[in-house]
Amino acid sequence: MTVRIGAGAGFSGDRIEPAVDLAERGKLDFLVFECLAERTIALAQQAKLADPRAGYDTMLERRMRAVLPACRRNGTRIVTNMGAANPVTGAEAVRRVARDLGLSGLKVAAVTGDDVFDRVGELPLAETGCTAGALGERLVSANAYTGASGIVAALDAGAEVVICGRASDPALFLAPLVHSYGWAMDDWTRLGRGTLVGHLLECAAQVTGGYFADPGIKDVPDLARVGFPLAEVDADGNAVITKLAGTGGMVTRATCTEQLLYEIHDPAAYLQPDVVADFTGVTFEEIGPDRIAVTGGKGHPATGRLKVAAGYRDGWIGEGQISYAGSGCVARGRLAIEIVGARLASCNGEIDEHRGELIGYDSVVGPTGRDGPEPPEIRMRYAARCRTRDTAARVAEEVEGLYLCGPSGGGGVTGRIREVIGIASGLMPSGSVSQSFQLIEA
Amino acid sequence: MKLRDIAHARTGDKGDTTNIAVIAYLPEDWSRLKAALTEERVTEHLGAAPGSVTRYALPQLHALNFVIQQALAGGVTRSLALDAHGKCRGATLLDVDL
Repeated sequence: MTVRIGAGAGFSGDRIEPAVDLAERGKLDFLVFECLAERTIALAQQAKLADPRAGYDTMLERRMRAVLPACRRNGTRIVTNMGAANPVTGAEAVRRVARDLGLSGLKVAAVTGDDVFDRVGELPLAETGCTAGALGERLVSANAYTGASGIVAALDAGAEVVICGRASDPALFLAPLVHSYGWAMDDWTRLGRGTLVGHLLECAAQVTGGYFADPGIKDVPDLARVGFPLAEVDADGNAVITKLAGTGGMVTRATCTEQLLYEIHDPAAYLQPDVVADFTGVTFEEIGPDRIAVTGGKGHPATGRLKVAAGYRDGWIGEGQISYAGSGCVARGRLAIEIVGARLASCNGEIDEHRGELIGYDSVVGPTGRDGPEPPEIRMRYAARCRTRDTAARVAEEVEGLYLCGPSGGGGVTGRIREVIGIASGLMPSGSVSQSFQLIEA
Repeated sequence: MKLRDIAHARTGDKGDTTNIAVIAYLPEDWSRLKAALTEERVTEHLGAAPGSVTRYALPQLHALNFVIQQALAGGVTRSLALDAHGKCRGATLLDVDL
């Protein structure tokens, strides 16, 4: 027997059709959607402050409408963190979609407990060097990266769709395995292997050929229709990573190795809420076309602490861009940077950090880019982190002003401003976070 | 010959830390990769702060993982960089001359 788990999304804006394909043809037991980035939950918390019904992922209804009919038909259960700052109203939204689709009786669970905003006052934050409480009214959100247990409990109770907020990404995949196989929560080896499977799947297409192609060296077939991955996992946590026949992309030792190390620091100690996973013995074996057997995952006892991410208002970023082309474009771009800098000098004290650069020349690679020949065109970019929205708007306006008052031949101005939600993190004893769930029926 | 001729790379980010995995295509290039791509070499090529780069090795996968602290101007949420995630960096590392 194996449990079949698919990845339906690897970030909040991910494509929808590959998930529908998995729901229809994947013979899946579980379909998991990972949609929360570091700052997403802080933005969702702000939306919830403005409207108590909001705060869940704005694509939740669209995604559920697309996959629920096939999931119901095929007995595939859904796990997702699209509840973001509001899993309860998120679950209610799923119930509305299910009723619209005539899927009566669909059981939807909201898992809560990750929101620790009410008890982080004394929590020291690494990045800010102060406690969360010291941020005062700037503090927007505080959520613990929870483990599998809340999701497992909801699945044990019969939930067909589980909506949670902040959970560690691999835990979304580990939970269905713990539920299906009854793994003990101190079975470190299996928890480590389940985490490994989750880590390989959590970024969806990043293990099936996405974020991989380099034409002529690393070619990937039909990326426009790249299939999302699924894993066939046995009772010991060993797995085969694969994708549906007829989809684009590929699953190879190389795609799996890249994803294994994606966002990993020490491969011997991948710190997770339920286990410290150890990837040092992992091997990948090609056992068929687009079929990679994964073995050798290990685990060690969990640390007993959970990472908490605190979101806080940190000013505004204003940015503007303008293009220059032909001989002398670099000098004209540099002159544009000087002009904007001089114009913004009067905002002294309102701007905490600024940056002027030439895209296509030194914006990504830094000063080393200036060693090469002058490119045929560049794009000047000026960005500044400001105390107020008005100052950020001024940055974009000063770049726009270059049209008539700047160097010759500047074109294609764009500008934007955005509020900065900083993220700082601390550690909290696992025992101070308790998860629970509510089950509702369509 | 460039690193790109024998290895591929993937970049990830967490907070203000970036990691770049560098993987040899062929087992026979593993020892060469491991010998050439030291912490010092990576620090120099990327212009990283001294002491900010740590290297981990996974010999059975012919892979190295470089973890670079304080590499993302405060992290993706507040960085002014165009590529705030630092995702372009792995490709620039593959330009190292061997």
